[in-house]
Amino acid sequence: MDDARRPEGALIGQALERLEDAALLTGAGRYMDDLPVAAGTLHAAILRSPHAHAELAAIDAADALALPGVAAVVTREEVRRWTRPFTVGVKQPMEHWCLAVDRVRYVGEPVAVVLAEDRYRAEDALERIKVEYRPLPAVVDPRAAASAAAPVLHHAVGGNVVSDRRFRYGDPDAAFAAARHRVAITVDYPRNAVTPIECLGVLAQYFPADDVYEATSSFMGPFALHPVMALALKVPGNRLRLKTPPDSGGSFGVRQSVFPYVVLMSVAARAAGRPVKWIEDRLEHLAAATSATNRVTTLEAAVSAEGEVMGLRWDQLEDCGAYLRAPEPATIYRMHGNMSGAYKLRHLDIRNRIVLTNKTPTGLVRGFGGPQVYFPLERLMQRIALALDLDPLAVIRRNLVPAGAFPYRCPAGALLDSGDFQRAIDVAAAQGGLEELRQRQRAARAEGRLYGIGYAAVVEPSISNMGYITTVLTPEERRKAGPKSGAQATATVALDPLGGVSVHVASVPQGQGHRTTLAQVVGDALGLAPADIRVIGELDTGKDAWSIASGNYSSRFAGAVAGAAHLAATRLRDKLARIAAPLLNVAPGEVAFAKGRIFAAGNPDNALAFSRVAGTSHWAPQTLGEGVAPALRETAFWTPPVLEAPNEAEEINSSAAYGFIFDFCGVEVERGTGRLRIDKYVTMHDAGRLLNPALVDGQVRGGFANALGAAVTEHFAYGEDGSFLSGTFADYLVPTACEVPEPLILHLETLSPVTPLGAKGVGEGNCMSTPACLANAVADALGVADIALPMTPARLMALIEPEEPPPPAAAAPAPAASGKGLSGAGAISVPVPPERLWATLLDPRALQALLPGCEALERTGENAYRARLSIGVGPVRGRYEARVRLFDLERPRALKLRGEGIGALGSAEGEGAIDLAPEGTGTRVTYRYSAAIAGKVAAVGGRMLDGAARILIGQFFERLIVQSSGAARLSLWRRLLRLLGAPR
Amino acid sequence: MKPASFDYLRPDSPEEALAALAEAGEEARLLAGGQSLMAMLNMRLVQPALLIDIGRLAALDAIRLEADALAVGAAVTQGTLERRAGLAEEVPLLAELLPFLGHYQTRNRGTVCGSIAHADPSAELPLALVALEGSVTLRSARRRRTLAAAEFFAGMLTTARRADEMVEAVRFPRRRAGAGYAFREVALRHGDFALCAVAAIAEEKRLRLAVGGVADRPVARDLPLLDGAALDDALNDFAWALGGSDDAHASARYRRTLVRKLGRAALEEARCRRA
Repeated sequence: MDDARRPEGALIGQALERLEDAALLTGAGRYMDDLPVAAGTLHAAILRSPHAHAELAAIDAADALALPGVAAVVTREEVRRWTRPFTVGVKQPMEHWCLAVDRVRYVGEPVAVVLAEDRYRAEDALERIKVEYRPLPAVVDPRAAASAAAPVLHHAVGGNVVSDRRFRYGDPDAAFAAARHRVAITVDYPRNAVTPIECLGVLAQYFPADDVYEATSSFMGPFALHPVMALALKVPGNRLRLKTPPDSGGSFGVRQSVFPYVVLMSVAARAAGRPVKWIEDRLEHLAAATSATNRVTTLEAAVSAEGEVMGLRWDQLEDCGAYLRAPEPATIYRMHGNMSGAYKLRHLDIRNRIVLTNKTPTGLVRGFGGPQVYFPLERLMQRIALALDLDPLAVIRRNLVPAGAFPYRCPAGALLDSGDFQRAIDVAAAQGGLEELRQRQRAARAEGRLYGIGYAAVVEPSISNMGYITTVLTPEERRKAGPKSGAQATATVALDPLGGVSVHVASVPQGQGHRTTLAQVVGDALGLAPADIRVIGELDTGKDAWSIASGNYSSRFAGAVAGAAHLAATRLRDKLARIAAPLLNVAPGEVAFAKGRIFAAGNPDNALAFSRVAGTSHWAPQTLGEGVAPALRETAFWTPPVLEAPNEAEEINSSAAYGFIFDFCGVEVERGTGRLRIDKYVTMHDAGRLLNPALVDGQVRGGFANALGAAVTEHFAYGEDGSFLSGTFADYLVPTACEVPEPLILHLETLSPVTPLGAKGVGEGNCMSTPACLANAVADALGVADIALPMTPARLMALIEPEEPPPPAAAAPAPAASGKGLSGAGAISVPVPPERLWATLLDPRALQALLPGCEALERTGENAYRARLSIGVGPVRGRYEARVRLFDLERPRALKLRGEGIGALGSAEGEGAIDLAPEGTGTRVTYRYSAAIAGKVAAVGGRMLDGAARILIGQFFERLIVQSSGAARLSLWRRLLRLLGAPR
Repeated sequence: MKPASFDYLRPDSPEEALAALAEAGEEARLLAGGQSLMAMLNMRLVQPALLIDIGRLAALDAIRLEADALAVGAAVTQGTLERRAGLAEEVPLLAELLPFLGHYQTRNRGTVCGSIAHADPSAELPLALVALEGSVTLRSARRRRTLAAAEFFAGMLTTARRADEMVEAVRFPRRRAGAGYAFREVALRHGDFALCAVAAIAEEKRLRLAVGGVADRPVARDLPLLDGAALDDALNDFAWALGGSDDAHASARYRRTLVRKLGRAALEEARCRRA
């Protein structure tokens, strides 16, 4: 936008109050679950796999269907009949259906859908579906998954590495050969996400007469997934009508992951012949919606004697979970063009491997690929400073892209559109009080406190090139598939007969404040107040203008969408100017717009009411002059001209605009507890023109809070067996207001020459910069080289005190640590001879009494039983169908016991060994056990499992004593408890 | 996350509640503030046939200051107790730890006795009761009995309460002359389950430390009147004896560290407050 034509008192740039908040804050928002539903709508509940990896042998839904109020149970039969697997971004023979068909590959994978009159009944029915799983070994760690010995998730692929690509830019070998220093770092970036307040949801219906699916979902885009959904449903795009609700309770990328459920619920609606509604609950969301990728990165720098980085060698092993779900492997390629960060180095060597593991499939999460890149890169910059005994900030400054070099082409193809990194750092250091912070550090250290300072410099890409994902393909594959590029943004501005202005954009607000910003942008173009402009937030692919890049992701709103709205409004304004010009008796170029009036620029008294001119094309089109087009409705499509497809050299300008962030912070780690306290956090952003500074600061604060979560508390934990352990907000720890300090937010405005308004994205930057900045500060505070995320107090404490005082000599050994699986061992003296104990263990009736909560036991073979168990701890109780087998029998000295069970609360399997040795007239019983628990109980009660296992083992032995001695010996019970590690 | 169906009874008197409880036994659960039970119901971890809501029984909603103890009835919320004038004088340990218990909003719902009956090993109120050697009064339709805190807590989510009994009241012994009290905890966020919480009591001839969040129930130990390295050794013994385990949030080792460090800090603070 040329500044000369910006009106006086422009709305753009003002920290206007948000127009949407009155509704959102008074419960008047209209979210998925608020929408009216058609008569006869059925409510869906999804049966999900408790196993991380298993063959799906049989599904029996007869008991579920027999429940009153249950209309249908949808399984792989219907899914196979009416859908096909989702399109995948790499050429590999792997199938991902909207519901498991042959195998389950992660805990939480949908296996069946119950449709009932209400959600309560649907959940009742879930418990009655019998699924026969044949468990397979699971692989959770990406390194293990990439090894030849790993269990293979997708047989036809032959391994778990589904893409392995190498890229070279410049001459990395020469740079490394010539380098005075080589500094390297290896980082395991963990799994996390950003969790919206509103979970996912879908309303779906099928109209057989037209063969049309209609779905409403708080989907956020990218609408490139619309073709993916239509293809999966085996209909042309015009037969999948997708609508979004007016409001959406946050997204942060994760609403992208609703698309498989749009397909699943569409099929369910077709199967039932009735509309279907599914609202995801929090356990489903945390376990199975999506996650950012976890990544193992080894990054090496070739460094000159003066600390100049000449080249980087990236080796990235990206873990996308159980399926490569579209648009993956986008996370790793989103950053591809700017893998050199904010630095001027010219030589890059990049190896990207994509590996699948038995975890939830990954997808869009705020920051998308940035955190995984900048954490190793910015940690490495700090390590280079330490290695060369330089100041970390001096190393950053030395390597920055020079101020006069913009637009700057990075070695891998990113075109940094504008910036002045040096000035941003200077302003941040001055206004953020860096020197004072250094004094605080010196003072704290003088007192023996653990205080550190960290820095991070980050280029924040926004407005993704829809073609960047094809960088994963080889040039030959790309030639075959045809070029992909661009980032179509769409906006429509319409005039109604009373002169009212409506704005519609193919973006879907999730609370960011689209309505306010668009009212500012369009208000400026038309000379209207924000309140005069009505912004429509919902999207309907059947009626509205949209394209594959539509949606709300890659921080594209300010740069692309608001820019398109500006273009549409400007076109409308120019048409109105031509209509008004003869009435005002001036040339169209002299028509101005302000304060609801259209007037002659040279004579403001020569004016017409905006509404009068705006209504003309409706009421009196004949009065428009010769060749004057009506001003009714303008739709602008805008794609950044700089976004081309990857070229033959594999260079890709992966984003249209690149902002800059410089963060620094001072932190203290409490010596006695390992807790991290942020003393001061300064974050400087250059995001081009700020359309609404208050909204920008809101974005920065939100991103900072998300990043703090990723850095310190949030983590999707999995057991080694693939069990998911973070199923509630008591285990997946999102920071609250108590945990998030207020950062000092600073701005520069270097306008983007690429976007219509000069704006760049700003919503994701702190997710990229903050974890690295905090970790650099912690590394500085503790004087350690390796910092793993999340920086929990337990981890930091282990760095503060590498050695633990040993246990007192007399103490019993601590019970075996669990965490990953449950295991333990113990011994007990029983006043019954071994033969009698043996007889008890081998007697089916006695065994029934021994097994905790055993309601029925049926012999199925030699020392093999089927049992129905109702087991639990305190009030928590779960019913399990179990198989129990005794083996390796050495009468009367030893036996082993193996069991596996499944129930509504999940699955459990375990093995125990019992040894009996004579001890006087009694027996010394020693035992050891190991167990794996998966499914709901593991997801929501992780911290309880170990204790629960001990209680159940305790019950078993208590009963063994009672059964074999024929009398209750309660005095032993206390002794037993003590042996089991429960002190009194 | 929708509960299985259950019957709901809101009795008009404790007697009616106890009669219903006697009849339904294991199949019934008492509902007071619902801060743990409702979540477990929604996740179907608990599927009672009958829910007996005692939360509005005025007869149970009373705090009484007795000669030796503060008696808190079954319907008293944590928030009511927290806001009681004089609590810091009567039972200073409670006044100190209540703000750590969940959040303001959950304390306005959650009851004191409900937390005791739930017996979460990380919970602050069971820790206070064990530290102070308080008692739990259990009442059934037939009789009433009182157990010492250490006898009441039997393990994780497990207590000596029988199926037909309700926790009618708990008694927190009042501040003793010449005693100092202190509380410390580390949780990953404010209001979370404590990774480790400690309550210390220092008297002229007595040093007592109770630890929550490590073993399967709060555990208290009287420590010798020691200082310096000898006290550290005693705390190290205690830390190892508690037998904590790893979970997704913290290692057993970190919990032992907290027993040593928080324990030491709390004991010293309690001693200071005594003086």
